Amino acid sequence: MAEHEWDREHVREIIRGNKDKPGALLPILHGIQDALGYVPPDSVPLIADELNLSRAEVHGVISFYHYFRDTPPGKRTIYLCRAESCQAMGSEALETHAKRRLDIDYHETTRDQAFSLEPVYCLGNCACSPSIMIDKDIYGRVTAEAFDDIIKNMQVIAQ
Amino acid sequence: MTTVYVPRDSGALSLGAEQIAAVIRTEAAKRNIRIDLVRNGSRGMYWLEPLIEVATDGGRIAYGPVRVRDVASLYDAGFLEGGSHPLCLGPTEDIPYLKNQERLTFARVGITDPGSLDDFRANGGYRGLRRALEMAPSAIVDEVTQSGLRGRGGAAFPTGIKWRTVLNTESDQKYIVCNADEGDSGTFSDRMIMEGDPFVLIEGMTIAGLAVGATQGYIYLRVEYPHAHRALNEAIEAAYQSGYLGRDILGSGKTFDLEVRLGAGAYVCGEETSLLESLEGKRGLVRFKPPLPAIEGLFGRPTIINNVISLASVPIILDKGGEYYRDFGMGRSRGTLPIQLAGNLKYPGLIEKAFGVTLREILYDYGGGSATGRPIRAVQVGGPLGAYLPESQFDTPLDYEAFSAIWAVLGHGGVVAFDDTIDMAKMARYGMEFCAIESCGKCTPCRIGSTRGVEVIDKIIQGVDRETNLKLLRDLSDTMRNGSLCALGGMTPYPVLSALNHFPEDFGASMAEQAA
Repeated sequence: MAEHEWDREHVREIIRGNKDKPGALLPILHGIQDALGYVPPDSVPLIADELNLSRAEVHGVISFYHYFRDTPPGKRTIYLCRAESCQAMGSEALETHAKRRLDIDYHETTRDQAFSLEPVYCLGNCACSPSIMIDKDIYGRVTAEAFDDIIKNMQVIAQ
Repeated sequence: MTTVYVPRDSGALSLGAEQIAAVIRTEAAKRNIRIDLVRNGSRGMYWLEPLIEVATDGGRIAYGPVRVRDVASLYDAGFLEGGSHPLCLGPTEDIPYLKNQERLTFARVGITDPGSLDDFRANGGYRGLRRALEMAPSAIVDEVTQSGLRGRGGAAFPTGIKWRTVLNTESDQKYIVCNADEGDSGTFSDRMIMEGDPFVLIEGMTIAGLAVGATQGYIYLRVEYPHAHRALNEAIEAAYQSGYLGRDILGSGKTFDLEVRLGAGAYVCGEETSLLESLEGKRGLVRFKPPLPAIEGLFGRPTIINNVISLASVPIILDKGGEYYRDFGMGRSRGTLPIQLAGNLKYPGLIEKAFGVTLREILYDYGGGSATGRPIRAVQVGGPLGAYLPESQFDTPLDYEAFSAIWAVLGHGGVVAFDDTIDMAKMARYGMEFCAIESCGKCTPCRIGSTRGVEVIDKIIQGVDRETNLKLLRDLSDTMRNGSLCALGGMTPYPVLSALNHFPEDFGASMAEQAA
């Protein structure tokens, strides 16, 4: 895997801006992922050093939480709800459709780097099932056709 | 100038409310009409979302579900004066779904502007805090105890007793932690409160701080709720600016600081000790209890950790008195429960009702039966760790003890309905799979048991050594139930075994077995 460039100074600023908070590690990881889209594995020594933790401890926290990722995501991340309420309204068919349409499985990114696909266990939009979230935008009662429209619109905007 | 309400609740946004709001503004400008557009919370009638309202002399008139293409015709029909239109629903408060509720905790949700402290105060907000500021800590705890409030996160532990323990534990620092990691599928009441009336949660936490002498609060919010995050941060900022948070609250000399912290997609962090670990910046590994968090909680200090709804119910209890709240409900389940109707229902949404209403009433009288028009075959109550109930149990009243008597749980009040196309063996398998994905890994019954559970259910479905594997599944469930450190492993047997017990035909049982 090719190394990705990231701004060390920016990351250091995020760490220093949060390190004095009690329980600073999660706010720091969120700050880094908000800025870069992921937490680069080679930022771990930096974080560990500033917080006086071992690299193993920092790595352990990153890998524990489903939301944190250590590889760059596509331009947009699609979170597809797999939980019961969405299942009751046909999310399994939507899941099959989405994977086929994007030609990727969960935790993968499309070849053109446009979309990453992640499963999620409830978006709290259960009265409008099935639901997906794209980055921070939520969509309810998503049919296969609606999914295609949303994706197509985003591709048009991107071009 | 007419006031128009377009919700900014995630559910409404997920159905296009943002575009509706934009088009309503453009259309008003085009027609040279001045309107005051308020972005309220949701009324909780999601089949009508986006539901817009107009303030008229005769009260608020509702229109919905509105699509972008309907907006011009709404103006043409004179909706700003409550004019008739095919989407007109009449006065909002008269819609039976809403009218037949007992809205205590949700009194302001959908009515006020969640970003406006003035609106909050004009509608009864901060009256509870004002009263609490005049009371001794112990008297505040007494009031909460008297209300009979039990933890709405799902465990139903008496809130007053938890508070009393923290009050009685000496420490130089205590904490109030709000569990806003609403991870249960089929639940969204916390989200609706945080997006629709964030000040009520801030008020409840401030009162909790006064009650036990805690000066720092944290709201641990799931990262899947970006809109709630924004609403909370705006409200906290406004509360600081007006002297409701920080040093010397309303000139009382009391301090309470509050901060939102984000989770990172781990379901188990909804378990209180796992949440505390996460707040401390660690992996969300469940802690052994004792010590209780009330004695050694966040950073080892005495900590009240309560669910959003528990804390958001405190202001009305302080405002109107514990007895007022206690007079709703049945048996030992006092007050109201925000019930969340989800899954395959015609009228999904939020209904706040006094305990005691039956499952059948909420599924049919409110929910309107299934959305697909097919018979409702199974209902999961209480999230992914709750039991599946068959039609024969639909007359059970919503009451903690009544549910416990039929080996089920009320949990956080989520109700997910499935029609007769559901394969219950698959749902049982999903129950185990979910536990395997979300296990924190600290205890063996949960970590290993869930993975073995998926395998055993697969064998049963395939008909491999069926009898042996059924026995094994029950054995395994017994081990998970009694040997797990927390509710994740401990309660996974609820969905699994209830599916097996109530729907054996889906697990390949013969007719003779089913009859037995």
